[in-house]
Amino acid sequence: MAAIEPMNQFMIHKVVPIDPVTIGGVTVDLSITNSVMMMLVAAALLCALLWASGRGALVPGRMQALGETLFDLIDGTLVTPIIGHNGRPYIPFIFTIFMLVLVMNLMGVVLSVGHLAGQEWTFTPTAQLAVTATLAVLTFVSVIVIGFIKNGLGFFKLFVPPGVHWAMAVFIGFFEVISFLVRPLTLAMRLFGNILGGHVVMNIFASFVVALGAFGLAGWGLNNLGLLGSGLSLGMVIALTGLELVVAGLQAFVFAALATVYLNEVVNLGEGH
Amino acid sequence: MDPVSAKYIGAGLATMGMIGAGAGLGILFGNYLQAAIRNPSAAGSERVWLFLGMALTESMGIFALVVALLLRFV
Repeated sequence: MAAIEPMNQFMIHKVVPIDPVTIGGVTVDLSITNSVMMMLVAAALLCALLWASGRGALVPGRMQALGETLFDLIDGTLVTPIIGHNGRPYIPFIFTIFMLVLVMNLMGVVLSVGHLAGQEWTFTPTAQLAVTATLAVLTFVSVIVIGFIKNGLGFFKLFVPPGVHWAMAVFIGFFEVISFLVRPLTLAMRLFGNILGGHVVMNIFASFVVALGAFGLAGWGLNNLGLLGSGLSLGMVIALTGLELVVAGLQAFVFAALATVYLNEVVNLGEGH
Repeated sequence: MDPVSAKYIGAGLATMGMIGAGAGLGILFGNYLQAAIRNPSAAGSERVWLFLGMALTESMGIFALVVALLLRFV
């Protein structure tokens, strides 16, 4: 991946090397990489937000108002309208995933300390397929486990719509199972692809700024048109940064919304909801 | 044609999946706006489904990106 310049921002390097540990014949490298470090920063930020906003005052202060707004976004627009009253136990799960993805996305856009001490520190954990796939598989397994706990073997009714002839049910069930199994894949790919794509586009335009600017300053005449292109690219980078802020929030919301919809199918199974 | 250049051409062709995703998103948001302007009071409550539909439509475009990346790097 090192050959292409815009992809360099996604390279993982070790910040705190730890010797590989062997657990049951599997060697695991537990080093703190830049990806892990940014996730730890995200977790620390979330804990700080929890501490600052969880006051429980009757008249909320600024931080508490922020926390309540975010909570209401999950409770008021996602969980309660989609799952209904049965969805209350799952709010912490959805809210945690939403906040973690949101903070990790936003850190990739906003938090930029650049090149310090010979290393690139800015990193977006959600631009790694491993991170998004872990979150997606976590959601997928949760849905299956909750489905079996709630419905027992009636969980398999999820794959067969009610009132269908058995010959048709086999046919439909086959495709329903496939579409069910492909969910973690799409869930992971969507977040990964959106964040990766956005960052690559930003990086390409940012490289235009430098390259065209250097070209424009190289001499007189037609060369100076390069400065115009450089300025346009700079404006494009600023606009794309704004777009990426929207995408960061939107993708976190979409991840939470899809997790809610998947949970709804197993929680309200067979209620025609 | 050597295999490497064929791979690059394939990666470029894979981006054509975005045609479908773009058309789908246009239909989605266009229809949402049309409905929202006709009945603004119902628009707010359906916004969640708009974003869900957007996510599902967009994933088709993302698959195209993944195919392109696979061809490019794997």
